[in-house]
Amino acid sequence: MLEIRNLHARIEENEILRGIDLSLAAGEVHAIMGPNGSGKSTLANVLAGREGFHVTEGEIVFDGQNLLEMPPEMRARAGIFLGFQYPVEIPGVSNMYFLKTALNAIRKHKGLEELDAIDFLQLAKERMRLVEMDESLMNRAVNEGFSGGEKKRNEVFQMSILEPRLAILDETDSGLDIDALKIVAHGVNTLRSPDRAILLVTHYQRLLNYIVPDRVHVLVDGRIVKSGGKELALELEEKGYGWVENNAADSRVAMS
Amino acid sequence: MSSTTEKIQAITSQEYKYGFVTDIEADTVPCGLSEDVIRLISSKKNEPEFMLEWRLKSYRHWLTMKEPMWGNVHYPPIDYQAISYYSAPKTGSRPKSLEEVDPQLLETYEKLGIPLRERELLAGVAVDAVFDSVSVATTFKEKLAELGIIFCSFSDAVHHHPDLVRRYLGTVVPHTDNFFAALNSAVFSDGSFCYVPKGVRCPMELSTYFRINAASTGQFERTLIVADEGANVSYLEGCTAPMRDENQLHAAVVELVALNNASIKYSTVQNWYPGDKDGKGGIYNFVTKRGKCLGVNSRISWTQVETGSAITWKYPSCLLIGDNSVGEFYSVALTNNYQQADTGTKMIHMGKNTRSTIVSKGISAGHGQNTYRGMVKILKGAENARNFSRCDSLLLGDKCGAHTFPYIEVKNPTAQMEHEASTSKIGEDQIFYCQQRGIDSEAAVSMIVNGFCKEVFRELPMEFAVEAQKLLGVSLEGSVG
Repeated sequence: MLEIRNLHARIEENEILRGIDLSLAAGEVHAIMGPNGSGKSTLANVLAGREGFHVTEGEIVFDGQNLLEMPPEMRARAGIFLGFQYPVEIPGVSNMYFLKTALNAIRKHKGLEELDAIDFLQLAKERMRLVEMDESLMNRAVNEGFSGGEKKRNEVFQMSILEPRLAILDETDSGLDIDALKIVAHGVNTLRSPDRAILLVTHYQRLLNYIVPDRVHVLVDGRIVKSGGKELALELEEKGYGWVENNAADSRVAMS
Repeated sequence: MSSTTEKIQAITSQEYKYGFVTDIEADTVPCGLSEDVIRLISSKKNEPEFMLEWRLKSYRHWLTMKEPMWGNVHYPPIDYQAISYYSAPKTGSRPKSLEEVDPQLLETYEKLGIPLRERELLAGVAVDAVFDSVSVATTFKEKLAELGIIFCSFSDAVHHHPDLVRRYLGTVVPHTDNFFAALNSAVFSDGSFCYVPKGVRCPMELSTYFRINAASTGQFERTLIVADEGANVSYLEGCTAPMRDENQLHAAVVELVALNNASIKYSTVQNWYPGDKDGKGGIYNFVTKRGKCLGVNSRISWTQVETGSAITWKYPSCLLIGDNSVGEFYSVALTNNYQQADTGTKMIHMGKNTRSTIVSKGISAGHGQNTYRGMVKILKGAENARNFSRCDSLLLGDKCGAHTFPYIEVKNPTAQMEHEASTSKIGEDQIFYCQQRGIDSEAAVSMIVNGFCKEVFRELPMEFAVEAQKLLGVSLEGSVG
């Protein structure tokens, strides 16, 4: 579903991604782990098409389409969802209205009929249960005055409504207490499906106790330095990022 | 410049959609202003002597006044002798029904999206349509008349209800009030008059659509609304104007009077030609709007959405004279390209337990300059007066400006005042968040701006809220939930 080949990207003059190769098939859950500043969030933002992140080399193919030629909204309509690390507040725009507009933009793109307010409300009520979200949040402005946990639940709730092909969850576990983490993880697990891929971007192994990945990739200094099964996350937790960082440095020395 | 900024500029620099000129023969008085011209206007309108005297008195006072220069707006000097002060479409004698109205006039309204017939049938709105200076069609008059409500053009009121006109004209905005009000008093052509008798709740929203048409004709509207004891009325005013190059002067006066327990809600959507992308042309809009809460427990509420005009100079205000009276001002002002707006309100508290609320939302785009200027004055006798003010500014792009000048004057120590203000830039992260959910950047900007204005839009009557949202290029926010 997703093929990333030799991806290089920079922010202003700083090269952050230095040759990423990653392949994700439908039905799979992959985790990208790495220390702060390793390029995890940059990768998530490049996939979503955020402005200011310049791809200098490489390619991204998503469902046969060249992703790098598509503006962010077209990527979203094609089925890419980014769960934000810091969800944005939009004062005065109700969560309900925002999400209905988003869903209908996507449905229209797919040639489906737009949902009216009543059908949408029904769908929203059903999906809200998934993340145990309070119904009152629907009528509040998008993320405005939401607690950290409410914001993250809202992201997963949005994902459940928009039903993406590829969900990229950027540090969805940050700022969550253990109960909220379990709820969010349960929501994501419910949304696992044979025709959906999920990319978890996380600093800590903790999340992966609840959302068990098929593959784990360790990102250091803009490169994937190690890939493995779910046990790799546990090993990292035990030995720390220093372990892979040293390995990576050693391998570079060996190569040169 | 980032590409989001470029997108915002592309979106905000769209051409004015309502620019066209209707080709109708107009009966226009030669340019210039003198006592003779005023006599001519008065005689063309067959006015009684008291009106002519009032006009002349106003003119003589105007001659002693200087154009105000304190506004945060800049424009070349206006040559008042180069303006024609009266223009009426030549449609023969006054039409008695829509069938008699010039089809081309009706077509103009159609182009503006205000088909009279449809309005009449579907919306239940009585429309007193002002084309240039003379009212051409008045509807629902009979239905209103059954309740004793008088809703007609100002000229009709002068002829058929001279006592009411005499009693209230100039009692809220005296002919000496300011330069533009004095000019209006001398030369005003027409406008609307409404009187709601004791205890009557007006069963429908009253609307007037103003439209400036004839070339280089200043438009001087005069509106007077009186709500007698216990009466209740909601009045809508909406404006669009055709595109043209030279600047047009507009100096309207609106007076509202609310007696004991009466309530008046006055809503405006103003979308006159703002000038082109380079700041050429556009309407100069110098308006005096004021309401007098004369009676106890009376209430006057102003809601305005100002998106048009090259220059807007306008401060709908309330004089809170009656005890427990309430004044409200809700405003959205959008300036784009080279538009300038200096707008706000005055809340003058005189009675006991008087309350006022001010919510102002200024949006600046392009090179637009947006100024909020407000005054809250608590006089000595106003025990326990309260005011809440909130002024928010939103900036789109990096070449526009937002300015706030709040004046507060308190002479009674029991007053409670609150003032909140904020200035923010439309965030690239907000736009990206919307895009990431599948919403394109144009719709995202509309949505964010609309959200910013929500507190004001919800004060508008339903049919106007829709128009206002369209004006800001926004899809229907708030229709669900």
